Amino acid sequence: MSFLQINNLTQRFGGLTAVQDFSFDLPRGVLPGLIGPNGAGKTTIFNIVCGFYHPTMGEIRFENKPIVGKRPHKITSLGIARTFQNIRLWSEMSVLDNLCISQHGNLGYGLWDAILRTSKYSAKERDVHQNAMHLLEKLNLQDHAQKRPKNLPYGMQRRVEIARALASHPKLLLLDEPAAGMNSSEVEQLIDLIGWIRKEFDITIWLIEHDMRVVMNVCERIIVLDFGQIIADGPPDAIQNDLKVIKAYLGNIEE
Amino acid sequence: MHFLRKYQYWILYILFSLLIVFGAHQEWVDAYIQLVIMYIGINIILSSSLNIVNGYMGEFSCGHAGFIAVGAYVTSVLNVWLFASDRIFGPAILGEYWALILFPVTLLAGGLIASLVGLLVAIPSFNTRGDYLAIITLAVNYIVKSAIENMQVIGGARGFMGMRKVVNAMQDVWDIPWMMVFILIFTGLTVWIIWRFVSSTYGKGIIAIREDEVAAEIMSVNTRGMKMTAFMLSSGLAGIAGGLFAHVLGYINPGSFTIMKSTEVMVMVYLGGMGSLSGSVISAVLFTILLELLRPLQVFKWVVIPLMLILLMMFRPEGIMGNREISDFFPQKSKRN
Repeated sequence: MSFLQINNLTQRFGGLTAVQDFSFDLPRGVLPGLIGPNGAGKTTIFNIVCGFYHPTMGEIRFENKPIVGKRPHKITSLGIARTFQNIRLWSEMSVLDNLCISQHGNLGYGLWDAILRTSKYSAKERDVHQNAMHLLEKLNLQDHAQKRPKNLPYGMQRRVEIARALASHPKLLLLDEPAAGMNSSEVEQLIDLIGWIRKEFDITIWLIEHDMRVVMNVCERIIVLDFGQIIADGPPDAIQNDLKVIKAYLGNIEE
Repeated sequence: MHFLRKYQYWILYILFSLLIVFGAHQEWVDAYIQLVIMYIGINIILSSSLNIVNGYMGEFSCGHAGFIAVGAYVTSVLNVWLFASDRIFGPAILGEYWALILFPVTLLAGGLIASLVGLLVAIPSFNTRGDYLAIITLAVNYIVKSAIENMQVIGGARGFMGMRKVVNAMQDVWDIPWMMVFILIFTGLTVWIIWRFVSSTYGKGIIAIREDEVAAEIMSVNTRGMKMTAFMLSSGLAGIAGGLFAHVLGYINPGSFTIMKSTEVMVMVYLGGMGSLSGSVISAVLFTILLELLRPLQVFKWVVIPLMLILLMMFRPEGIMGNREISDFFPQKSKRN
């Protein structure tokens, strides 16, 4: 059984083809990187996988269930979580609330339970809080549980966003440029963090990244996208020497 | 002791309510003050229910009066039809005892129909936001008002009356100020329901919608479901307030439910602070009292009050409470989870 299977995905916005005929098979446990020049369609692919865009053509199966056309919150409940290129935390709420609300899809109680404070409500609410606090402790954020995310340093906001994604119990975690805007010591920490999360939570991570240090250090397989099409796919050292990739990034090199 | 601490707010509120009802019954409190207290209760329901949508969810609904009107008319028509002899609806169908028992039921029926009308706003809100949604809420307000004006059975533009007879029927059974009792009950219930809603992880989903709707939808919040819940809860409670309002006044006409009324409720929400339930309660009390105090100024009241609003918005744009609650000002002894 394949884990995530994408077949012939095409996304057009009016006359612009953002993604063309993208096919990709992601086995469980492998950590692939998706790279490419700006505007190549990387984030569009993530947006399609998490249900924010409906593709023009193509099929996506997650654990053999088709997910195209499902609403984003349903897809998250199936086990796909993501972070955003520009951090999108709920900035006026505490860090703890951020982690609680990302479990909204699995709350298992409704309006009446909330108003009447039934035993189901208490049990579920306790689970949600415990899971959130547990994650914060694991990611060494427990001292910031009551703070607002906007008051935290940038690198830490990234960590909170990853923690928020993990709180929804994902099987597949999509990280959209996690190193963007980080200084080099924060990048070092991020590389360690990604490796640690993989082991600790036993989840599959898929990464979009521009920072080659991250890509070369953590990815086991690299897909290069240019103008919405795959131009190279392989292990990091093969990609580094691939002529087409060099051409896409640097333009034509004359002999 | 544990019981007392757990229900301390309830016990205080019930004691306070009993005091008011008893005072009114013994005529220690004169009729005018009673009326002001009843208006305060109704305004608390209105401002805190609008705060769900405008404050917590961050949408801009300016058609609250439409939902008040639906609740007011549904409850009034039901009550006059069932419990009063009326020119159009004929003699009373049920006796006085039933009026007393079924009055809360008719209020809830008014709230239910108002919450269904709330769907007229909730469904467009799935993919419309901000200014555009504000225009839709305005349109719904006008639709409701025009619909009532054109229904001759319930009086059309002339208005609808007969609710006084229903209140009298209730007082014939047992002579206590029933409207005061029902207003106190429903005000308490409203604040309680809204507080429990917005302090649960479930209800905080609407705050996530305010903060970042895209992130909320992608991070597992069913934004459509939450919007429906929030709009229906808000308009339903407004409907209940409308039913109470109609029976306090004894007469309603479509002219009472225009954009002016919606604005009045909005002023209370922004005065108190968006996303602060205690702010809504405090501002409803202050605003109602202020309106009454300035009554001698007559028309100039509407110069003084807007002027005060302008000054408030200039010097304290976040409202009286900002988005804090009263409890935030007291140090907490122990953290509850």
